[in-house]
Amino acid sequence: MTTTAPARRTAAAPTSTPRPKPRRRDGLAGWGFFAPFGVLFAVFMLWPIGHGIYLSFTDQSLTGSGGGFIGFANYLEAFGEAEMWQSIGNTLWFTLLSTVPLVVIALIMALLVEQGLPGKWLWRLAFFMPYLLASTVVSLIWIWLFTPQLGAINTVLTGIGLPAQPWLQDPSLSMVSIVIATVWWTVGFNFLLYIAAIQGIPEQHYEAASLDGAGKWRQLFSITLPQLAPTTVVVVILQVLASLKVFDQIYQMMNQVVTPSTQSAIVYIFDAGFTGYRFGYASAVSYIFFAVVLLVSLVQFRITARKGA
Amino acid sequence: MAIVTAPRASVREDSIRRPGKPGEKRFGLGRIVAFAILILLAVTWLLPIAWAVATSLQTEADAGSAPVSWVGETGVTFAAYAKLLAEGNVPLWAVNSVLSSVAITLITVGTSAMAAYAFSRLDFRGRKWLYAISIASIMVPPQVLIIPLYYQMLAFNMVDTYWGLILPQVIAPAMVFILKKFFDQLPVELEEAARVDGATRLRVFWSIVLPLSRPILAAVSIFVFIGAWNNFLWPFLVINDTTLMTLPVGLQTVKSAFGVQYAENMAMSILAALPLIVLFLFFQRQIIKGIATTGFGGT
Repeated sequence: MTTTAPARRTAAAPTSTPRPKPRRRDGLAGWGFFAPFGVLFAVFMLWPIGHGIYLSFTDQSLTGSGGGFIGFANYLEAFGEAEMWQSIGNTLWFTLLSTVPLVVIALIMALLVEQGLPGKWLWRLAFFMPYLLASTVVSLIWIWLFTPQLGAINTVLTGIGLPAQPWLQDPSLSMVSIVIATVWWTVGFNFLLYIAAIQGIPEQHYEAASLDGAGKWRQLFSITLPQLAPTTVVVVILQVLASLKVFDQIYQMMNQVVTPSTQSAIVYIFDAGFTGYRFGYASAVSYIFFAVVLLVSLVQFRITARKGA
Repeated sequence: MAIVTAPRASVREDSIRRPGKPGEKRFGLGRIVAFAILILLAVTWLLPIAWAVATSLQTEADAGSAPVSWVGETGVTFAAYAKLLAEGNVPLWAVNSVLSSVAITLITVGTSAMAAYAFSRLDFRGRKWLYAISIASIMVPPQVLIIPLYYQMLAFNMVDTYWGLILPQVIAPAMVFILKKFFDQLPVELEEAARVDGATRLRVFWSIVLPLSRPILAAVSIFVFIGAWNNFLWPFLVINDTTLMTLPVGLQTVKSAFGVQYAENMAMSILAALPLIVLFLFFQRQIIKGIATTGFGGT
């Protein structure tokens, strides 16, 4: 090891070396450049992470009362709480329901736009614009579209002879309604990632294929889709992580009323902390949920690693 | 340079346009079907916004009575907009949104770029560990920190202040990662030459590294700005004072108060959406490139 260690490592080693000053080349500059980020990172990231763990072992309340150490009581209570498990179940269900169309529709959109049909900027505008809207705006628009009597969607449905649906009001339909609004809102992000990836496919592939007489469909399945596989992996991973954190649309579209069939994990944490004032308990649930997110990511990396090998 | 790259780009687009077999018809059945699906999708995606605009241009009475239509019986009116701008807090919230989003973007990009430069170029004790911790924290979703962060805001007396609104939103380890990757592949020769000439590290960073990094800085800035402009959960938690609210939060609070004021709700949505949409129309190419590069982690 001593033989392979680079020069600066030996210089930095403690008193065992005869060198007089054990310091790195850019010690001061390095810390100086890191400091602004480092201070903010320590205060607003590391400290809350640590303090949250501490809070999760106390009965701290938002009102300031409590704060005594109660061991694992919050975790035990959370594990025994059916509502908490349901909120995590709902979150996973939402993630599955939203990720599939958010990836598939984005891919179809990108493939169609990259056919070279006229009006490229217009398609991009149409598909990407909703992504630029704040969640509140999206929720307001979709609440209006989903309104039972006056809403545009039910007006169209009854107009073509189909029955009107109680979209957000019906517990069995409300999650689907939220997924529809979410797909409309965020598909543009995945669409852009696919556009960038398609444009990155080397032109020669297509030229060689068409010289060999491969048709359009053949090119799609033999060149484009295989070339897009790594992109799909990235898009799916990013989308799953984003979907797991769902809060805004659910909270806003359900009009701040918690219903068992739509409550997501973050909504549950928000409710426990800011409606129930139970900061200790809400912190414990935050870490349980964080563990779930890590687990899901781990499973994803496992699957993609195996596929990639 | 543009002259060199432009023809190549057009050649490339042409060959995509003329796919497959030589002699294939330019307007074959496949193309027509593709075009039809594309139009159907685009119309579906544009309709909700068009419907919101149409509703916002009606009187409340027209908007709230069946049957609903594109144009109300009393015709087109800007009454809802006029009312909002005259008596609502919308202009104030717009100012708050601009101020906080610009501040968040400047602080995030500035501090991330400096840290990324330190990780990429400078040799200092603890560098490896600090970088590992920063990157690991990308895995922590900010949403799971709302409880301890809010507790901290109470302790710092930052609830209902610009500080409380801005500071917890400026930590973006993912941006540090993206910028470091970019700095890593910049040639060091220029910087070394400047160092030999006696330039300080800060001077090298400011006059050489940052100008060379303009595209990636623009990409990261656009990404951070859109996120800050549209962020809901944190501003909603930390701001209760109506005069300090950002647009998304303000909208949420008056939405419930308005009840069934559909025209006013839609007018407010359009007003809140307009700034970013106008920006997008002007900087479409840069924004698309920014989202794509940053979304992929800088590659």
